[in-house]
Amino acid sequence: MIAHPLGNTGARARSDGAKAMALAKTVVWILALVPAAVLIWKGFRQELGPNPIEYITHATGDWTLRLLLITLAISPLRKILRFPQLIRFRRLLGLFAFFYGFLHFLTYILLDQFLDFPAMLQDIGKRPFITAGFTSFLLLLPLAATSTAGWIRRLGGKRWQQLHRAIYLSAALGVLHYYWLVKSDIRMPVFYGAILAALLSARLLLRRAPAK
Amino acid sequence: MLIGKAGEIRSSEITPRDVYFSRRKFLAGGVGLAVGAGALRAAAKLEGLGKSPFSTTEKLTPYDAVTTYNNFYEFGSGKDQPARFAKNFQTVPWTVSVEGHAQKPRTFDLDSILALAPIEERIYRMRCVEGWSMVIPWAGYPLSTLLKQVEPLSKARYVAFQSYYNSKQMPQARFSGIPFPYVEGLRMDEAMHPLTLLCVGLYGERLPNQNGAPVRIVVPWKYGFKSIKSIAKIKLVEKEPPITWNLANPREYGFYSNVNPKVDHPRWSQAKERRIGEFFKRDTLLFNGYGDSVSSLYAGMDLKKYY
Repeated sequence: MIAHPLGNTGARARSDGAKAMALAKTVVWILALVPAAVLIWKGFRQELGPNPIEYITHATGDWTLRLLLITLAISPLRKILRFPQLIRFRRLLGLFAFFYGFLHFLTYILLDQFLDFPAMLQDIGKRPFITAGFTSFLLLLPLAATSTAGWIRRLGGKRWQQLHRAIYLSAALGVLHYYWLVKSDIRMPVFYGAILAALLSARLLLRRAPAK
Repeated sequence: MLIGKAGEIRSSEITPRDVYFSRRKFLAGGVGLAVGAGALRAAAKLEGLGKSPFSTTEKLTPYDAVTTYNNFYEFGSGKDQPARFAKNFQTVPWTVSVEGHAQKPRTFDLDSILALAPIEERIYRMRCVEGWSMVIPWAGYPLSTLLKQVEPLSKARYVAFQSYYNSKQMPQARFSGIPFPYVEGLRMDEAMHPLTLLCVGLYGERLPNQNGAPVRIVVPWKYGFKSIKSIAKIKLVEKEPPITWNLANPREYGFYSNVNPKVDHPRWSQAKERRIGEFFKRDTLLFNGYGDSVSSLYAGMDLKKYY
């Protein structure tokens, strides 16, 4: 589903700009895979600490939220920095947010619960932090599935945009999921929540400013 | 301030070497202890530990896990933080005052606590309220031994404990989100129960700082947070004393906090636990498997109400 940055070789004479963009996308690709690579590396070296499953759960959850917020920062940043090309990274980053969210979800159902479906269903119904996290993940599914140019065409730009606003709700539920699971030290979820609020405000403030 | 002497040495001046030598001096006083020769584990060895029929034969959680995966919020809310931030925690000199409704209230220095009774090894299961567990070879003797020294009066129905707190030595504490000093409590019969341990060591050596040095209690049938660390004060009181986690979040943490798979934490299930080092979760046992010894303490009590 994630288009390879170098795959688009249709144009015969590629400008330097296009080459630079392809290079930049490759760099972003590699950077976005670093957290997963670090986890695998640490796993092989048995450096995930005394509770490896918890470590993996926390790391994949953290990176889901971080990448969601980075994805959401693209739109306002391209306006503030007057750098419209930034938009070309948004789908890539959004799909990596989904990728880490999927790993986080897999960690929960496989490593944490070991496919104990009755326990998981109970969790989703009874534990608000699980309910929030699960809903946050579900909301990302249609967004990831309709991330291609073909789906933008099929849905029409406007409807596609409306659908993809669900990323704000997903991110908000992700922050809530985090906030509800910590015992007393709320610094990190509050920090993520503040960034999300700032991004949402920026979006509303910049609504009418054209992307030059 | 509870422990005036600890303030004399600024935490910035303390080096592990100082700690090492002050320990040596203290040990030279002759409490029947020997210094561990290994430089990596600067902690002092406890020799000639007696065995206990209360010990479990389950596989021990490795020393590294027991000493690097800790909840000790004075030194930060992350599991790895106590091992990092408690390194220079100054535990010499140390005193514990035992006061309140007692015939002979008194302040014990650490030497007299160590000399009060033969120290034995107690291998206990430890179940954290968060859903993980360990098997830890503690060292100590029953808390009742210490309490009997002060001759509790009949008015003393509860025991209130208070941890040492010094924001200069514990700069991470203010981010933890719970009030300090940490306080805990037990009913008198719980405190006098032979399983309730006054603990001074683990794995055959004196307690590492991150595990609650130099003296803590261990109550194996209750969630881990009931086993208060680095005790400075014990007070015999008439009414149920406040406890820190209940103050922080009364709906989620009750005074009793007995391990109970049927009474869930409001935000997560307590039916299962992950034993550190194991892949599959195991069922959590009522009273953490110590029901034969302690269930009579709660006869007729609604454990859902008194969570």
